[in-house]
Amino acid sequence: MVNLTIDGIKVSVPEGSTILQAAKEVGVKIPTLCYHPDQAVKANCRVCVCEVEGNRLLPAACAQPVMEGMVVKTRTPKVIEARRTILELILAHHPQDCLNCIRNGNCELQDLANEYFIRDNPFTLKVRGLKKDYSTPSIFRDPDKCVLCRRCIDACSVVQSVNALGLESRGVNSMVVPTMGGDLMDSPCVMCGQCVHACPVGAIGEVEEIDKLLAAIADPDKIVVTQIAPAVRTAIGEEVGMKTGDMPMEVFVAGLRQVGFDHVLHTNFTADLTILEEGNELLKRLKEGGTLPMFTSCSPGWINFCETFYPDLLDNLSTCKSPQQMFGSLVKTYWTDKMGIDPAKIYSVSIMPCTAKKFEASRPEMNASGYRDVDLVLTTREIGRLFRMSGIDFDKLAPSSFDSWMGAYTGAAVIFGASGGVMEAALRTVYEVVTGQTLENVNFEVTRGITGVKEAEVDLSGTKVKVAIANGLSNARQLMDQVRAGESPYHFIEIMACPGGCIGGGGQPITKVNAKRVERIESIYVEDENCAIRKSHENPEVKTLYDEFLHEPLGHKSHELLHTHYHDKNKKYL
Amino acid sequence: MDYKQIIASYADKPGGLIEAFHAVQQELSYVPVEAVAEAARAFNVPASTAYGVATFYSMFAVESRGKNVIRICESAPCHIAGAADVVAALEKELGIRMGESTSDGQFALEYTECVGQCQATPVITINGKPYLDVSPGKIPSILAEYK
Repeated sequence: MVNLTIDGIKVSVPEGSTILQAAKEVGVKIPTLCYHPDQAVKANCRVCVCEVEGNRLLPAACAQPVMEGMVVKTRTPKVIEARRTILELILAHHPQDCLNCIRNGNCELQDLANEYFIRDNPFTLKVRGLKKDYSTPSIFRDPDKCVLCRRCIDACSVVQSVNALGLESRGVNSMVVPTMGGDLMDSPCVMCGQCVHACPVGAIGEVEEIDKLLAAIADPDKIVVTQIAPAVRTAIGEEVGMKTGDMPMEVFVAGLRQVGFDHVLHTNFTADLTILEEGNELLKRLKEGGTLPMFTSCSPGWINFCETFYPDLLDNLSTCKSPQQMFGSLVKTYWTDKMGIDPAKIYSVSIMPCTAKKFEASRPEMNASGYRDVDLVLTTREIGRLFRMSGIDFDKLAPSSFDSWMGAYTGAAVIFGASGGVMEAALRTVYEVVTGQTLENVNFEVTRGITGVKEAEVDLSGTKVKVAIANGLSNARQLMDQVRAGESPYHFIEIMACPGGCIGGGGQPITKVNAKRVERIESIYVEDENCAIRKSHENPEVKTLYDEFLHEPLGHKSHELLHTHYHDKNKKYL
Repeated sequence: MDYKQIIASYADKPGGLIEAFHAVQQELSYVPVEAVAEAARAFNVPASTAYGVATFYSMFAVESRGKNVIRICESAPCHIAGAADVVAALEKELGIRMGESTSDGQFALEYTECVGQCQATPVITINGKPYLDVSPGKIPSILAEYK
């Protein structure tokens, strides 16, 4: 242990700790900007400078290791003046555009400028006038707002191994750019949106489409139907001042009715359906010698990744559409039939924890219903904004339940929102289908948690099935390289593009630390425990769907509506 | 030699990326983005990383430019000694502005930081060769060496 004092407080921390870590131990807050608790130290913004006795210069607390007997002062006039000058210099290159910014009220630079009461910046404002990038349907970039912290590059390279973002030039001319300085769409970007969470300011965000929803709601000829993804409920409360997991589902539904949705249905319904289709596809591949291991296909960021970096492994992907797209094709066929509504009038909106879902819905092949299957995808954050704009008082809302025929769901669908959930849900069903026995304990604990790669083995009447689960694309890459080398021991692999799974998706409330992802995961399993039915094949509305419409998993209608194919993206630069 | 062969000849050299870029630039006068991508594949680094390296160093250009690269020092000693007049003479002689290349692809005009020849300012370099005590009057004869 190393002993030092910070602002007169004695503290002992393990060798190798930084001043920033030591200060946190004793509750001394040191401001940071480029620092990210789950990333490597960058020490490029200098906002965290401190005074160390005997040191002429001001070291950066995020990078300076502690030393025995060190005397650190974090609030001297010299330190405060340096920090303010640093902030003024950063702000001198930053558009003074807070009121129009997507991160207004949730911006680390804005917070710092406020905390250090920057008023009359002595430096002349010099914004570079760089081009905004709206090339993808999911994510925009506004490089003028970039503070060059490089947290997005870390998220894109270290966490996701996509490497779509990098630096161009150096010094005052340096910029964060997509590959070869081109547009995001031409880069290997998979639109996962992890860069959005990493960005401290508004230089990267989701493409906002709330206006389209408002227009559809106002249109008397349109019937606006929505589906909510499994991971949304646990996080939506964070957008409206509640704790993680605290928004009850029935209150969320009531809120959506209040803002004008005509029918509220649930993606969980098609999550259960996915289990039946995908589970049977796995059993078919196992029985008939199909391509193994089979990969799950729910996560559109992962699909983009596979199509970009592993086009040779596309046959391993389950042909099942994601729950969002299964829902999209069924709502304008099965559901409208059942309700006696003209499908042409349906405006199908999905509420997703995901930025890549916006891209997925816009894929040209996603029109099996004869229309564009999903008309609009809104992120959890966008719905949060809509709720705040609408001024809904959630304490006073009378709870409301889902509409029929595509609103019922089981605990197995709920856990789709967390890494390992699809696998666990599949195992609950596949076990019973194969063994013919009732699964007494439905909890497959080994599949749960935020660990990057998890594996398990399940005995299905003598057949041992090996499964693996990865969350975060760097972790997925490990499993993919194994498959490519012909050395994968697995039969079934679940991949979620985002760390922790969909609860950490690119469309979720801005997630500054991985600990928040863990909190959301816990809330997902509580919700599962509280479900009366916890196995997908016991979902009564899914049974009705098969009885009346699809007839059997992997049948003719399923292939038409619920399954898809993939393409090599042929990206020019990887 | 095309850039693929040049890069391949450096591929097994640890840290050979920068040397490969130099060799490509020797041949083409710049490092085309396609060559950056090829180098990324050869050295097994992401294209964005290779692009970051190619744009980090001011001596590399990733956009097409004239074969003979003329660089004029814009540091203080050369500035005081009349670099602006040299710039004007070069622009007039070649019919282009700083940062541009001649339409016949023979010359490119760029600024550079100090090249360490402050004893004889103003200084220009052409393809790395320094010319000292340059004055507007000397420009035609210097350029004639490359025409």
